[in-house]
Amino acid sequence: MRRAMFKTSWVAFALVAPQLLIIFVFFYWPAAQALYWAFTLEQPWGGGNTWVGFQNFSNVLSDAYYWTSVRASFLFAIGSTALAMGMALILALFVDRQLRGYKAWRVAVIWPYAIAAPAVGLAFRFVFNPNAGLFSYINTIFPGLWDPTSSGAQALVMVTIAGAWKLVSYNFIFFLAALQSIPRSLTEAAAMDGSGVLRRMWDIQLPLMTPTFFFLLVINITDSFTDSFGIVDTLTGGGPARATDLMVYKIYSDGFRGFDYSGAAAQSIILMILVVALTFIQFRYVERRVHYT
Amino acid sequence: MIERTPILNILTHLILAVGAVLMLLPMWIAFVAASHDITAVNTAPVEMWPGPHLIANLREAWALSDFGQKFINTFIVAFAVVTGKITIACITAFSIVFFDYRGRMFIFWAIFITLMLPLEVRIVPTYAVAANALQPFQVIADSTGISWVINRLTGIELALNWNLLNSYTGLILPLIATATGTFLYRQFFLTIPDELVEAARMDGAGPLRFLRDILIPLSYTNMAALATIMFVYAWNQYLWPLLVITDRANYGLVVVELGNLVPDQFSTGGGTPTWHLAMAATLMVMIPPILIVILMQRWFVRGLINTDK
Repeated sequence: MRRAMFKTSWVAFALVAPQLLIIFVFFYWPAAQALYWAFTLEQPWGGGNTWVGFQNFSNVLSDAYYWTSVRASFLFAIGSTALAMGMALILALFVDRQLRGYKAWRVAVIWPYAIAAPAVGLAFRFVFNPNAGLFSYINTIFPGLWDPTSSGAQALVMVTIAGAWKLVSYNFIFFLAALQSIPRSLTEAAAMDGSGVLRRMWDIQLPLMTPTFFFLLVINITDSFTDSFGIVDTLTGGGPARATDLMVYKIYSDGFRGFDYSGAAAQSIILMILVVALTFIQFRYVERRVHYT
Repeated sequence: MIERTPILNILTHLILAVGAVLMLLPMWIAFVAASHDITAVNTAPVEMWPGPHLIANLREAWALSDFGQKFINTFIVAFAVVTGKITIACITAFSIVFFDYRGRMFIFWAIFITLMLPLEVRIVPTYAVAANALQPFQVIADSTGISWVINRLTGIELALNWNLLNSYTGLILPLIATATGTFLYRQFFLTIPDELVEAARMDGAGPLRFLRDILIPLSYTNMAALATIMFVYAWNQYLWPLLVITDRANYGLVVVELGNLVPDQFSTGGGTPTWHLAMAATLMVMIPPILIVILMQRWFVRGLINTDK
């Protein structure tokens, strides 16, 4: 860190105070509150909370519905991350060739970043609608083959595709930036040695993109676990038969519809631990390449 | 690269075209659905070309969801969140970088760690705080005995209460804290050469003067980059406004309204699903952030890449 330039006075504290107050009230206090609720149970006739130890956690972990939700969340996270990163990587590699008109292709891939998750959910709800959407073609040939409103597996596939679609732009922007930061002299030298376009992608560009790749991997998985509420809410509402009741959605529905604060808090803590673990992994990779001057 | 690869070039355009179609198709179908009437939208082979009813559907969806007030609200909230985030990121980073006091690294990390606590994860207790934003201080006062002292000295029962539900403050305030923004500003301030600060001090500028007259003008590109991504972020908020606002007529936001338009048994009562209106509303809600992303592409890409490192 640089040497300080101004004498410390009340100004310094006045400037950090607003942000500290906000994070205390809206971040740290609720997180502590979640911890408190997770280990206590509210008395039915008032009289405060009683300490119950790990009982809330064992209730959650012995609930079959919770494991359905965990399984769905993992399938969603892995599926949408793989789809989104694969597609973004291919598109970035080819856009980076900078053939004529590449700027138009770039805009076509970037703009979906701006679309709100519930709007994505609602649009995909129509696109995948068995009676009116794109897949109604399949149903006119094979009636009843595609119906995400009754098939849980199909509903999960649908949510995964929608989630992946929303992540592609973000990944694409980062992959493209990584490609453009590769020194041109490297690819030029390889070209002089006679390697073709695809060979250069495979031997030079892809290996040099590994840091970005790991960074995006962690961001995508974390994002899939925490940021899927909007899509699920408008696309399936957690159904059919809880097949798409992802962990975030279950916290919301248990807490605000079931009024089970302790159960929701225990689930929050589990999800927080998961996010913290993922962020920790990210730091191990990111720290290696970020240099402060 | 100077080499002729005609076949590969065609293949490149082909792959990119397929990618672009995959990215555009869902929204194209939504757009087409918004331009047909209710019977055309609900007949089996999906329409692929726009029909004549776009304007009528947009009008009807606008009236149905009462979008007038809601668009104004969304603009107010998005504008306030962007301004608030930039201001707070700038002043916090300034204090951390240019002053030397114990615990400035601790403060930086305390802010940075909030990245690990996304709203969705701590939603239930955060909502409880929004019902009374002064509750943490009340609890602290009660447990440390300050309330008791005040009660003894003045006879006043300490009851702090500040309800944020159904207010602009409730929509805006919890979203203003920004770890990424603070980080971005910190990195920028670290690149300011020491000589510049020394020169300013020699000319008699105090810290606030230096911030206002030198740092802020220098950080305009930073601001533009941060503003674009934060605008998209604020506009697209869904879960928080869904919970905080129950008085939708006065404080409702457009994105939240999409949840009401889902054509299921609740909204249509078993009638024909009103896909054309749902899609028309979706289009209107999407347009402002899309315009920002496309028109300010350069700033937006820079902001995204710099903040998430």
